[in-house]
Amino acid sequence: MRKAASLLFAGGLAFLLAVLVAKLPFGETPMVLGKQVLAQGAEQTGTANLVTSVVVGYRAYDTLGELSILFTAALALGLVLGKRNAAAPRDPDAGLVLRASADLLLPLLLVVGFYIILHGHLTPGGGFQGGVIVAAALFIPILARPSRGLDHGVLVWLESLAGALFILIGLAALFQDGAFLEPLLGKGELGRLLSGGTLPLLYLLVGVKVGAELTGLLVNLADAEAVE
Amino acid sequence: MPIPLDTLFFAGALGLVAIGVVGMLASRHLFRVLLCLGLAEAGGNLLLVLSGYRWDSVAPILTGDLPVGVSMVDPVPQALVLTSIVIGVGMEALAVALLIRIRRAYGTLDGHALLARLREDLDERLGVAPDRSEDLPKGHAPFPAPAAKEQEVNP
Repeated sequence: MRKAASLLFAGGLAFLLAVLVAKLPFGETPMVLGKQVLAQGAEQTGTANLVTSVVVGYRAYDTLGELSILFTAALALGLVLGKRNAAAPRDPDAGLVLRASADLLLPLLLVVGFYIILHGHLTPGGGFQGGVIVAAALFIPILARPSRGLDHGVLVWLESLAGALFILIGLAALFQDGAFLEPLLGKGELGRLLSGGTLPLLYLLVGVKVGAELTGLLVNLADAEAVE
Repeated sequence: MPIPLDTLFFAGALGLVAIGVVGMLASRHLFRVLLCLGLAEAGGNLLLVLSGYRWDSVAPILTGDLPVGVSMVDPVPQALVLTSIVIGVGMEALAVALLIRIRRAYGTLDGHALLARLREDLDERLGVAPDRSEDLPKGHAPFPAPAAKEQEVNP
């Protein structure tokens, strides 16, 4: 009975969405906003990757809100899980192969992660994608050696610093140009690493914050005491 | 008549949403509910990306050698999905933390068993006999004596 009702509900929902989608013109020219971004994005922000110009340029305020949502999620997770019982046993360390490959992967993954973060305004990638890779890089050694744990103090400092600098850059723009998070500094030559003004800097901060935040989330979850 | 590929893509995205919703409603195990939420979310993200896609366009990245007459896809939905994915990760991590707490407190994640345990706990707190609701008539004399009722009306 309940299964049938849920099937009926989902079928109705799918039908409703399908009717809406059928009205949606597929393969048409982008929306007005997208057209404007495509036409003027490179000129106004100086980034070759127009998705980046939307994420940390036109919608930087939105990104700030998104970072605070992530921060709130991490905070709530820490609150829900509570402090770890110090006497609770942890998993034993993994074998030699896993430990050695974790040590080997850490620098490589960090390089890839920061490469993707720093080239976010030129190639596909950016702070969010690179930040996730950095988080994976920091989390793998902990999976291999659960007993060693991780210094949460450093992570908290890193993410607070990144968040505060993001807002400070926005405030600097506010005092200089009159708009919060307006791109500052010279736009430079399109396609060069040092171009796009403050946008790569903002994306770097996003990357550091996302990396630290996700590492904290993963470590907290992995460190939760097992149920006997 | 062959089905256009666009329709198939949209059907796939909608199907993911529908499968996720069915799973969320029909699953008993709470972790499966969470997995289905992830599926529905993936379908929603796919729908959003598809809304800005064009067959004859390239990625919105200026590389300098764009052929004449070729346009780029809409970058705005892509940026929105980028943030949406990260928010989804945060939300799911929080949900997993809640599941860990539930498991620690009740020893199970089965929806029916949890509901029964929850009801028991609530009844215990309220001082009601288990498997009895407070609203049920209490045996032979369901209503309080008239005097007691009078006092209740005029405190």
